Amino acid sequence: MTTIKTREPAPESSKPAPQADLPRLGWRGGLRYLWTQLTSMRTALILLFALALAAIPGSLVPQRRVSPVRVTDFMTEHPTLGPIYDKLGLFNVYASSWFSAIYLLLFVSLVGCIIPRIGVYAKALRARPPKTPRNLARLPAYTASETANSDYDVLHRAAAALRQRHYRVDVGDDSVAAERGYLREAGNLVFHISLVFVLIGVAIGALFGFRGTSVVIVGQGFSNNLTQYDDFSAGARFTDADLAPFSVNLKDFDVKFETGPVQRGAARLFRANVEVTEGPGAAPRQEILEVNKPLHIGGTKVHLIGHGYAPKVTVKDAQGNVAFSGPVVMLPQDGNFSSIGAIKAPDARPERLAFEAFFFPTAMLDDQGPRSIFPDALNPALFVNVWYGPPKVETGRPENVYSLDTTGLSQLKEADGQPVRIGLKVGDGVNLPGGKGSIQLDGWVRWVKLQIGATPGVPISLIALGVAVMGLCLSLFVRPRRVWIRIRRGEAGPSVVEVGGLDRADARAGLTEDVAELAAELSQRPEDVSVR
Amino acid sequence: MTYEYYSSLALVSSVVVYALAMFAHAAEWAAARRLGVANPAVRELVDVAAADGRPAPSEMPPERSDTRPDAVEGRGQPDPASDAESSPSSRRRVEQFGRMGVALTVIGFLLSVAGVLTRALAAQRAPWGNMFEFTITAMVFVVGAYLILVWRAGLRWLGLPVTLLAAVGNGLAVTVFYVAVAPLVPALHSVWFLIHIVAAAISGAAFNVGGLMSILYLIKKRAEDRGTVRGYLGRLPDARKIDLIAYRFLAFAFPLWTFTVVAGAIWAEYAWGRYWGWDPKETWALVTWVIYACYLHARSTAGWRGTRAAVIAIIGLASFWFNFIGINLLVSGLHSYAGI
Ligand code: HEM
Repeated sequence: MTTIKTREPAPESSKPAPQADLPRLGWRGGLRYLWTQLTSMRTALILLFALALAAIPGSLVPQRRVSPVRVTDFMTEHPTLGPIYDKLGLFNVYASSWFSAIYLLLFVSLVGCIIPRIGVYAKALRARPPKTPRNLARLPAYTASETANSDYDVLHRAAAALRQRHYRVDVGDDSVAAERGYLREAGNLVFHISLVFVLIGVAIGALFGFRGTSVVIVGQGFSNNLTQYDDFSAGARFTDADLAPFSVNLKDFDVKFETGPVQRGAARLFRANVEVTEGPGAAPRQEILEVNKPLHIGGTKVHLIGHGYAPKVTVKDAQGNVAFSGPVVMLPQDGNFSSIGAIKAPDARPERLAFEAFFFPTAMLDDQGPRSIFPDALNPALFVNVWYGPPKVETGRPENVYSLDTTGLSQLKEADGQPVRIGLKVGDGVNLPGGKGSIQLDGWVRWVKLQIGATPGVPISLIALGVAVMGLCLSLFVRPRRVWIRIRRGEAGPSVVEVGGLDRADARAGLTEDVAELAAELSQRPEDVSVR
Repeated sequence: MTYEYYSSLALVSSVVVYALAMFAHAAEWAAARRLGVANPAVRELVDVAAADGRPAPSEMPPERSDTRPDAVEGRGQPDPASDAESSPSSRRRVEQFGRMGVALTVIGFLLSVAGVLTRALAAQRAPWGNMFEFTITAMVFVVGAYLILVWRAGLRWLGLPVTLLAAVGNGLAVTVFYVAVAPLVPALHSVWFLIHIVAAAISGAAFNVGGLMSILYLIKKRAEDRGTVRGYLGRLPDARKIDLIAYRFLAFAFPLWTFTVVAGAIWAEYAWGRYWGWDPKETWALVTWVIYACYLHARSTAGWRGTRAAVIAIIGLASFWFNFIGINLLVSGLHSYAGI
């Protein structure tokens, strides 16, 4: 008969720490190691906290990069606070010097932390399990059982059983020492190193990447060179030659909105049919561009990020000549696409004409003023205020195409002094008072806003993040554990097998069970052991 | 009658049933107060390698309490203190209230699963398109995880906070967050969005349970330090063990949350053409992530484990909730969910 006696994990405070028995780096080295470990972890902790705190203001204060309009609003609303915020960089937190300082320091600390740990780990990789402590009974899990088997047999079965459980095993004269879970530290290192690569990827993207947008009217096209962008930003190492010479023709664009009672007006479908030409001389290919389905052209991606209306108008001047004809892109102001823009006819003679324009896809006219009540074009209407003035000398200075600069212009007034306001439905044409000319709404088309960009470092960051998550799982779920088995020869009676175990990481379950199981296995006679 | 109607009915009922379960657990604890110092009714979930402040091994019950808590309750080592004050009948009452609480929780769980499934049928898509749907799904994960733990590891002592959370969560969902069924806006038509939301719901559930445990840890630890452990607290496992279980939840949640944020970034690239744009929601997801990274670091830093780590875990939970409710309701951003 064998007797098995299993004990609960022992409390640490009631006696000296069991680790005291284990071989150490020497107490000086140990202390220094502990000290660097401790201080650097503290630093990392504080820097991490600082990072979390520093990221918060950017989510509460409007950010220039995200919505410049709201920053301007904020500045006008808070005339004293605004400039202070501006000085502190609160309108551009994530590019501010203090935010950058925190994450750069963090990554310096990270590298400073990783390098020595790689050295330590490299040694640990070749390390043998620590020698069997003198007193196994002091370990957190301990089982002693009598055995009738020979010592040799027990030790070798123990070694085999532990190897099967993926332990690194050393067999001694009267004991077996085993350790497992080396991958935990490896996972931890892989995780931290991957973080550095994530940052490298981000940096590459910031240096070599570019992003810009361009508004393209249905029926027209975009070709990828700087002049065609409405706005453009690029990293320091980007050159214009990096723009691939492709072009995209927008053949048509389907939009559907919710017409049911729930979420009425919410977008349900955006789909653009486009023709892509990869470069001069290449055969065009047809593609469908949707939200969530960008075009991939070489390393460049083209996203559909917005849309709107462009009323088609014809303006004739006082002499009856066509001074302007075509679609005019208007900027949507609300979810129902009430849009504003400017129609300019600088070539009208004898006086040039210009119109402040308001377009409503589903126009509603009541005492609240004209507005749109649905995003689709169910009842489109164009409203204009008219301006005129002497012809202007072409300066070549760029002008904002969406708003009207009224310097040098006078507003056209009725006889009673009220400004002239003209409302047009599709097909309507109106002669301007005073024989200044005429304006007609021929129809409307849609435009889309394309975002064209490339972020070259992204694959590096994404792969690094994948590796980081795997490393993290190893680091969190691998259970480093040490197990020792010793035979105590009985003077007269049977020998006793002692099994002791020690977990080296928090929150590990099953140590006691494993130790008990091992002890039970070893105290059985070989013929009782089922072959696994 | 439509699926949508049944979904709402099931969810409202689940709120009521969870509230009843919560009262049952409250009654369980109230009854336990009169028991004085009772045995913690838990199975050893975690091996405590270095438990501090616990009685010496010789005073521990000799057998490992491998059985369910209900069984332990009946034949557990008689505790002199509790024996003196309590009669078998009051012990039985505690037990009855406890069982009632778990039974009600199971019913509430089934109702809330039914609510999510009928919602999916009503919408004819995966039910993760808005805050309402996210909340009811996350609550299914929270309560599901809790019930598994009750079944496998006897964690019934978590019943009160979990039913409270579930009642409040589903209650907020059906009142404040409710939106009628509607299809998704085009930006949400993405497999990455689905992955992102499911991962967020699961890791959110684990963060919540871990956070609740960290709160219990702080309460229990305080009582242990003052030597005033009785009634309710006496039935919790010791602080050290609560801490370890909380850690296991958070350690499970952290990699999944990392993945959630990455999946969100990939989805953002498809939907908006950039991986990361410092949108308020993204920013707070990162803040939450960094806080939990602090938690994991704190646990391996001497002087920070235990109480301070628990405080960080609670801050992390607060940040998670702020991101979920505060940002959606207070700050405008690209993530503002349809309808709320
Ligand atoms: C970018 C910032 C950092 C993040 C997001 C981060 C994240 C993490 C995470 C999640 C863990 C938990 C994994 C585990 O418990 O094994 C961890 C562990 C660890 N980190 Fe970091 N870390 C960062 C920076 C640093 C720095 C700068 C240091 C060096 C001082 C450092 C040293 C450590 C150490 C030594 C561990 C292992 C703790 C243990 O084995 O229990 N970390 N880190």
